[in-house]
Amino acid sequence: MNSTTLKWAGLLAAASIFAAGQAIAGPDNNKLMIDGKELVTDLKGPEGGPLEHIYSGWRFRASETQAFELDDFENPAFPAVDLGEELWNTVEGEAGKSCATCHNDASETMKGVRASMPKWNEKLGKPHTLETQINACRTENLKAEAWKWEAPNMLAMTSYIGLQSRGMPVNVQTDGPMQSWNDKGKELYYSRVGQLDMSCANCHEDNYGKMIRADHLSQGHINGFPTYRLKWGGLGSIHRRFSGCMKNIRATPYKRGSDEFIALELYLASRGTGLAVETPAVRN
Amino acid sequence: MKLDRRQVLGLTAGAAVFAVAGVRVTPATAAAEDAAKRIMEFTGGKQPASGKITLKTPEIAENGNTVPISVSVESAMSGDDMVQSVMILAEGNPNPDVATFHFTELSGEASATTRMRLAKTQNVVAIAKMKDGSVYSDTRQVKVTIGGCGG
Amino acid sequence: MANAKPRVKVPKSAKAGEIITIKTLISHKMESGQRKDKAGKVIPRKIINKFTCEFNGTKVFECDIDPAISVNPYIEFTAKVTESGEFKFTWVDDDGSVYETSKKIEVK
Repeated sequence: MNSTTLKWAGLLAAASIFAAGQAIAGPDNNKLMIDGKELVTDLKGPEGGPLEHIYSGWRFRASETQAFELDDFENPAFPAVDLGEELWNTVEGEAGKSCATCHNDASETMKGVRASMPKWNEKLGKPHTLETQINACRTENLKAEAWKWEAPNMLAMTSYIGLQSRGMPVNVQTDGPMQSWNDKGKELYYSRVGQLDMSCANCHEDNYGKMIRADHLSQGHINGFPTYRLKWGGLGSIHRRFSGCMKNIRATPYKRGSDEFIALELYLASRGTGLAVETPAVRN
Repeated sequence: MKLDRRQVLGLTAGAAVFAVAGVRVTPATAAAEDAAKRIMEFTGGKQPASGKITLKTPEIAENGNTVPISVSVESAMSGDDMVQSVMILAEGNPNPDVATFHFTELSGEASATTRMRLAKTQNVVAIAKMKDGSVYSDTRQVKVTIGGCGG
Repeated sequence: MANAKPRVKVPKSAKAGEIITIKTLISHKMESGQRKDKAGKVIPRKIINKFTCEFNGTKVFECDIDPAISVNPYIEFTAKVTESGEFKFTWVDDDGSVYETSKKIEVK
């Protein structure tokens, strides 16, 4: 087979699918107010980073989609948050404990957790994501079974814990032991993969604000996960979104929880430093 | 140059993303005919007049899974000036039925909001039936976009 | 989520004669009967088909629901309150299950 032809088709596709929308170009100027509090949806990009100014994905959505996130009752993710709260207080496993046994009131003890994940774990010798941290707690402390990455209970718990950080600025460690993980994430971010031969940067750095077919491209920040996507009709994890993106460019996705996705999660979080946590956000 | 299957697939994939997403004109479908029949059943054969009823929908839905819609009818909601029910139909769905709201004096107003599924770009119709037998309708076209990655 | 869980939002109090907004949402898959499983077999329809709101035993609002209503059905409507009392909300599932919840309101 002729790989040049394939590459050519891919490049041509990559170059031509972006069109500046006539009506919509770039993020809008709407303010994200929840319960009378404004969430930071744009600010100066992190020092030394490629983006001069960073914007939450919320600012790229149609006003009807944006509206779903403005009121916790209308936000379709909240039944899952309720379930998360219930699970937090449910005794499970051989140790006869619940999350609350050790961590008491999540609104106090889980504040800021989402904002600083993934986080280095000395014992593990690698970063914990919120999902792996929850499962470590479950298997080691509760003596309960681990949840699957995308299980409804896991999504409920990550949304409930994530909500406790809502409004707080994303702030992950990228130095020390996290440096090599961040570097690895950056490498992945700029690597062209798949049949369309595209990298994350092709869409989310070079062409954000433009239309990719009928979709308004965001900068691809992850400050709202787990996110309720109208397309999914439910909540999904950061790694599920990565997986979807990779499938879109016809690449074989890495596995949820793989070192690659953990590294990418860290690097993406660092690109969005300072954006308010929006968990659980609503997107298209 | 001879193209093998993979190359053709690759080129087609490339070409597919060029396709401009936009308005897909809804032809008169079986569903639209069904919808017309449903309206007649609901109104008892009366052709609805325009006015009084307002249907609010997004002009463009970012995703057809969850499209917010609101309907309201001008009415005192007491005595003879009452809205009995409002039926919502989607002309381009596999089945046109969406929902029917039934109001009472205790409703205070004849207004309701819900979220619906739209299979494609199409007309959404709201028909109000008043206590005095008169019927009113409002129609809105909703463009359902086929996203690049978000859709 | 396996179990349908209703949520409702009603103001705690209102003035006599005030028209209030009531928001309701129930977690439910709303299987439309249009989808097919991996084997190509149609997944049978299973939806919430009816919603009713009563106040002190009198009907306020009712809704017949079809499969075109989105997952986790959201219904918002109004009610005119003239006295203190209790709203009762009922959802009926295709399988015959009935989900209920209620909320009190005080008229000042």
